[in-house]
Amino acid sequence: MSLTVLYAIVFYAATAILIGGLAYKISSYARTPAPLKIPTTPAPTTMGGVVLRMAREVALFESLFKSNKWIWLLGWLFHVSLLLVALRHLRYFTEPVWFWVVWAQPFGMYAGFAMVAGLGGLWARRFLVDRVRYISTPSDHLILALLIGIGMTGLGMKFVAHTDVVAVKAFFLGLMVFDLQPLPADPVLLLHLSLVALLMTIFPISKLLHAPGIFFSPTRNQADNPRERRHLSPWAAKLETGSKAE
Amino acid sequence: MAAPQFEVPKLTGYAETPAVKEGASAHIKSFPASESVQAAIGFPGGLVEDWHDKAIAKMGDLLNRYRSLRVFMDACVHCGACTDKCHYFLGTGDPKNMPVARQDLMRQVYRRHFTFAGKYFPALVGAKDLTEDLLQEWYTYYYQCSECRRCSVFCPYGIDTAEVTMAGREILDTVGIGQKYTNEIMGKLHKIGNNLGLPGPALANTLEGLEEDILDATGAPVKLPIDVKGAEILLVTPSADFFSEPHVESLVGYAKVFHATGASWTLSSKASEAGNFGMFIGSYENMRRAALRIREAALELGVKRIVVGECGHAWRVAYSFWNTLTGVGAGGADPFSIELQKQLDSRYPAPQHICEYTYDLIQQGKLNFDKSLNDHRVITFHDSCNVARGARMSDMPGGQFVIPREVIKAVANNFHDMAEETIGESTFCCGGGGGILSDDLMEIRVKGALPRMEAFNNVVQEHKVNFLALICAICKAQFTKVVPYYGFDMSMVGGVHQLVSTAILLVDERENENQE
Repeated sequence: MSLTVLYAIVFYAATAILIGGLAYKISSYARTPAPLKIPTTPAPTTMGGVVLRMAREVALFESLFKSNKWIWLLGWLFHVSLLLVALRHLRYFTEPVWFWVVWAQPFGMYAGFAMVAGLGGLWARRFLVDRVRYISTPSDHLILALLIGIGMTGLGMKFVAHTDVVAVKAFFLGLMVFDLQPLPADPVLLLHLSLVALLMTIFPISKLLHAPGIFFSPTRNQADNPRERRHLSPWAAKLETGSKAE
Repeated sequence: MAAPQFEVPKLTGYAETPAVKEGASAHIKSFPASESVQAAIGFPGGLVEDWHDKAIAKMGDLLNRYRSLRVFMDACVHCGACTDKCHYFLGTGDPKNMPVARQDLMRQVYRRHFTFAGKYFPALVGAKDLTEDLLQEWYTYYYQCSECRRCSVFCPYGIDTAEVTMAGREILDTVGIGQKYTNEIMGKLHKIGNNLGLPGPALANTLEGLEEDILDATGAPVKLPIDVKGAEILLVTPSADFFSEPHVESLVGYAKVFHATGASWTLSSKASEAGNFGMFIGSYENMRRAALRIREAALELGVKRIVVGECGHAWRVAYSFWNTLTGVGAGGADPFSIELQKQLDSRYPAPQHICEYTYDLIQQGKLNFDKSLNDHRVITFHDSCNVARGARMSDMPGGQFVIPREVIKAVANNFHDMAEETIGESTFCCGGGGGILSDDLMEIRVKGALPRMEAFNNVVQEHKVNFLALICAICKAQFTKVVPYYGFDMSMVGGVHQLVSTAILLVDERENENQE
């Protein structure tokens, strides 16, 4: 089996696991009722307010900012950098490349360094802060190692030993239309891609579920309006037998 | 106060995060509930035979019933943001009192039984089997959480340890491990109508005695009516208000406010308890059963409005949950909630907090005060956790912080807030909430009060504060017991309506008679 076929299979499988797993998880969150009104107050009283609260939480990490400036700084740096890096990578999946992806290229390039720096800081906390050391499991360390590995191999290809990005792009564009194109046998590239596939695979079965999870967190996504509206879950409604005291 | 069997933390003047001290509070355990106590609230007593499978099944049941639990079990990334936020960790240094570690006691079992990674790679993700030792650890640490939700404010995903603690307690109850303190009180509430187990006649007697005391002190015939059909307002208040000091001073305050405006109001012997410990043990059914007593009383008495006295968790249940549980509020569809909505004043379809009630009257200029009567007091206000982070007052988010302070400022001249990071949404629990207010947990109560005592001590030093104003029966009981450990006098603790009571001007009808 050629390298190209192997990586094609790996990426099809990883994509299927990522999408299928996330769909399963998200639907389980959506199907599970939230029987009581439990927004952490003070909370917005309208759905519009909730959307704003959630937007601040997702884009700025508002609660984390209140909590701990170091974790906020390192965590936000990592996530924003990852976003820029990911946007930059869209050029390997689009032809012609969208103008704003072109525009984002230099930002995405240097964001790679910021991403690794943020991850390094977060990892350092797992050793240096006794409370964080206590709660860290092997998987907490390994996920950081995985992300740093992805970042370092990516930076290596950009700044140390270039890989044949034209061929890489042809491979991924081909994958998307089930037309296999040869993947360059560059070891750094292969490592980079393997780690990315691994990240995609573990996404739906690991703490990376915090990404979809936050949108379903009742303390953040509920409006504080119990005076105006009755909130009743299906299972709780079944308890209502219609007698005065029951 | 007996000499403590443990080391009381020293107040240093600044809040410190302690170093991790494994097992520092592992020995603190409350008395378990007996079989009869458990039976009274629908749970088995003593560890049941097939406890493992029952516990896992219950966890699965709760995961399907509570989105909070399902999402919170998955979403934690072990970032550490919550690790220095819990007062019990700050007071003990026991790492299992860090919110994330408290959650992990359950998360490790969740991972083992309900996730792919935990089933096949348990060591990698810290998954563990549920053993009897672990179950006992749950009992220890889920009863060292006051469900105050401070951690949820700071979690980037809003993970609320209270939800996990409630689930943990519900699972423990299901397999026969209950806590004596909470479950016994729950049983009394179902049977008699209040946490103290006071029967109606004893209550009526007490209220009569109080009326005489008020008359002697003020000359005003202030009434404390009970079970009056056709009264406008039903006051539901924690039963501690009837018997405990300083709680009763606030009850007198509410009565004076009603009297001053000639309001028609009543207490109820059936609904003689605002508290609802069903929330503490995460039992929706018990919480609902207790809440239904209040709906029943409101219907029988035909009241137009329900007002809730000074009680933190009761206000959370009343404000956030009553409408869901019993249809008190808009939108209930069963015949009794529809009947109640017809009966209630359309301006007040939902329960109101006594502070909202008093504040409205102050705004309308209907109450007269002599603020100088409180001049011997320099006051600070402790935001109760359940009011601060689980409820609201007024139409404005954050009204729960504004209104009690405005009431205090309307009746007293000397007010100073404690440090910003220890009040409002960041308020520290008193250390006795959520089912911890039991003598057998005194060590954790004293140590858990440390962050609040530090902030209090700072305003005592800086502003000569001598009064800690509260709106919660548990806070009052907890602080009365605990402040002496830190060198303060228990008379420094009291209610917001105690301050109202001191300053409110009532017509002395004895003087009128003399003049005639």
